[in-house]
Amino acid sequence: MLSSVAERVYWLGRYLERAENQARLLNVYSALLFDLPRGTNIGWSTLIDITGSNEEINKRSLNLDERSITRFLMTDSSNPMSIFSNLRMARENARTSREVIPSEAWEHINYLYLHAKDNIAGNVSRSRRNELLNQIIANCQLITGLLSGSMSHDTTYAFIHLGRKLERADMTTRIVDVGSISLFPGFGHSSKERALLEPYENVVWMSVLRSLSGYQAYRQRIHNRVSGEEVVRFLLQDEHFPRSVSFCLADLNFFLQKLPMNENVQRAVARVQRVCKVVDIKELLQRGLLDFIDELQISIADIHEELTATWFMPEVVESQSQSQAAS
Amino acid sequence: MNIDWKSYHPGAFYDELISSPGHPRKIARVLAKYLSSLTHEDLKLRKVSVDLAIKSMGITFTVYSEAGNIDREWPFDIIPRIIAAKEWAVVSKGLEQRLRALNCFIHDVYNEGKILQDKVVPRELIANSANFRKECVGMSPLHGVWAHICGTDLIRDNDGKFYVLEDNLRVPSGVSYMLENRTVTKRVFPELCENYDIQPIDEYPGQLFDTLASISPRPLDYPEVVVLTPGIYNSAYFEHSFLAQQMGAELVQGSDLVVEDEHVFMKTIEGLSPVDVIYRRIDDLFLDPTVFNPESTLGVPGLMKAWLKGNVGLANAPGAGVADDKVIYTYVPAMIKYYLGEDAILPNVPSFLCVDPAQCRHVLSNLDKLVVKPANESGGYGMLMGPQSSRKEREEFARRIKANPRNYMAQPLISLSTSPVLSDRSIEPRHIDLRPFILQSSKTYVTAGGLTRVAMVKGSYVVNSSQGGGSKDTWIVSEGGK
Repeated sequence: MLSSVAERVYWLGRYLERAENQARLLNVYSALLFDLPRGTNIGWSTLIDITGSNEEINKRSLNLDERSITRFLMTDSSNPMSIFSNLRMARENARTSREVIPSEAWEHINYLYLHAKDNIAGNVSRSRRNELLNQIIANCQLITGLLSGSMSHDTTYAFIHLGRKLERADMTTRIVDVGSISLFPGFGHSSKERALLEPYENVVWMSVLRSLSGYQAYRQRIHNRVSGEEVVRFLLQDEHFPRSVSFCLADLNFFLQKLPMNENVQRAVARVQRVCKVVDIKELLQRGLLDFIDELQISIADIHEELTATWFMPEVVESQSQSQAAS
Repeated sequence: MNIDWKSYHPGAFYDELISSPGHPRKIARVLAKYLSSLTHEDLKLRKVSVDLAIKSMGITFTVYSEAGNIDREWPFDIIPRIIAAKEWAVVSKGLEQRLRALNCFIHDVYNEGKILQDKVVPRELIANSANFRKECVGMSPLHGVWAHICGTDLIRDNDGKFYVLEDNLRVPSGVSYMLENRTVTKRVFPELCENYDIQPIDEYPGQLFDTLASISPRPLDYPEVVVLTPGIYNSAYFEHSFLAQQMGAELVQGSDLVVEDEHVFMKTIEGLSPVDVIYRRIDDLFLDPTVFNPESTLGVPGLMKAWLKGNVGLANAPGAGVADDKVIYTYVPAMIKYYLGEDAILPNVPSFLCVDPAQCRHVLSNLDKLVVKPANESGGYGMLMGPQSSRKEREEFARRIKANPRNYMAQPLISLSTSPVLSDRSIEPRHIDLRPFILQSSKTYVTAGGLTRVAMVKGSYVVNSSQGGGSKDTWIVSEGGK
């Protein structure tokens, strides 16, 4: 398999997953804000923190209200993190690797992009927004199904999935962050505010689970009422839930088996697995999740670096010497 | 109101489906009857579904414009063009014959040069040819074939006969649209196909793969064939990717390939992997920056050497374009006689060569009646359409011709045949041409039909997609129907 093609389908996987996750996040966040009392500091701008788009939004002079933030995250084609941008990039990567993906999958990715282009331009009303986000999620799922059912589970498939699982693990850590940002000390809530939020802890964690389609799975597995500690444990360490960080990492390992020269990447995955496994969730919640999530995200980014170096840049030695000669 | 063929007027032109108002040709009767059972609105609805299918299938081509490169959906007319199988059998033979002769010619030019010694083709034409590659002299590609893939443009004059307009031997494009047009028709208009025995066309990718595989330097069951594209900004990128997908070949760019020890490799996730055959869709001059254009980033340094050593197959071979020249074109009937000892089955359009002083005088004094073409342009660029030209344009061309007579030839304005096209208000005749594709390696193959290109603007002769042309599905059918 060509390195350049491997890289493109890997990004295809990442962009698709990211679009789907952003859609989930927006959906759940809308619902959550609806439930929370007025007077809390949690607002639409928190979404900007979660999606890591502070830098992008600072370039624009926007009111940080519902309308402009949802627009920024859904439809703004100049925001590389917007759902629309992700779909466009997914489509572009699919278009340039059409020769290796099944044509019905390409047609559907193309459709998803065209559909988004026609429907999420301009302002979207609240009720329509929910519908559109659900359509995007459903269509992403459909593409996953198409690929799984009509494509050889070969190296190309493995690279698409490396992209997806890595992106998914990363997004799960971000979504766990929502809970911590909302509820835990160290994020500038006044004591008054904390008192106001406390009765809503349950609601927040339920939303976190819902955003990952994990509420039912959680209830089936953990019979206690929803608590922060259990939810964080579930989302980081559960072995059976497909969006938990541990599950994604195990999946990464599975797909890595299909690829040559996978030792370094496997090592990078093992490092994240260790971090995830040994952490004491209870203690973690007391001192605040923030640093831990940061650490986790950095080591997930390391996996990306490692696989880029291994498979996408086979001429790395040569190009380094060239750039040295040029400088 | 239903479609009424009595109000369809092809005028003085040969129409492919309707011989005179109200009278469909025999081969088209079933189709014409079916269409007249529909209303114009019905057809427009079909057209909407076709456009949707094309959009969702992502059949596009890229247009160069000042606003950057735009990916456009492929313009398609839903009414197919029909050609009788009996007639096609003859055309098909003529096309094979032509390509065999052209390949003999290219091989001769780069080796013994017999045809030049015998003065059948003037030597100075080769010496002055912009597409002659001195680097290829003495080369002997497998099977003696240089142009493995050829797209020949045919037109039908008022007399109803097919004429050859030009042979595209460099990187002819359009075959993917031919294939996709059929897919779209089957998808959206299946009942149209029901009453005819239409010769299938979808074996082309398999035939192309076999042709390419047969020039592999390594005798393997499954040689590594790659399609070399200039990248996503090329107007034919869709086609490159389509053909790679259909053949199960890798689609590569120059940066994916590397030459080591005069062998070509591609960069894969497992390291370097050998490449046997390259179907290159980039021009000669961009193939190898160490030999040709040093600025080229599209090509692969060292590729020419690898090819000259016989370590990799290149289709079409570098230098094949020497026969893809509108002046050399006029000698093709002579080549057929010279190499094959046969008469040309398909006639050329009569032509005047500006390099010949007497013919040049004729051209210069009849600029308002002729079509003047530069020898080496493609895509319909750089031409003078005499009857529609302004005095200023004619003066400009007269100046260009006098400055470089070798580079120009002229032809009388041939009437392109017409075919019914769905327009906003009704069904109207539009001019069309036909580009069949011919393959040659150890054997030859001709597509059943080809790509019919349509000048979508009323009265226009310009069928090039880069200049607003569209296309039609083309059926080769046995008479009598089902």
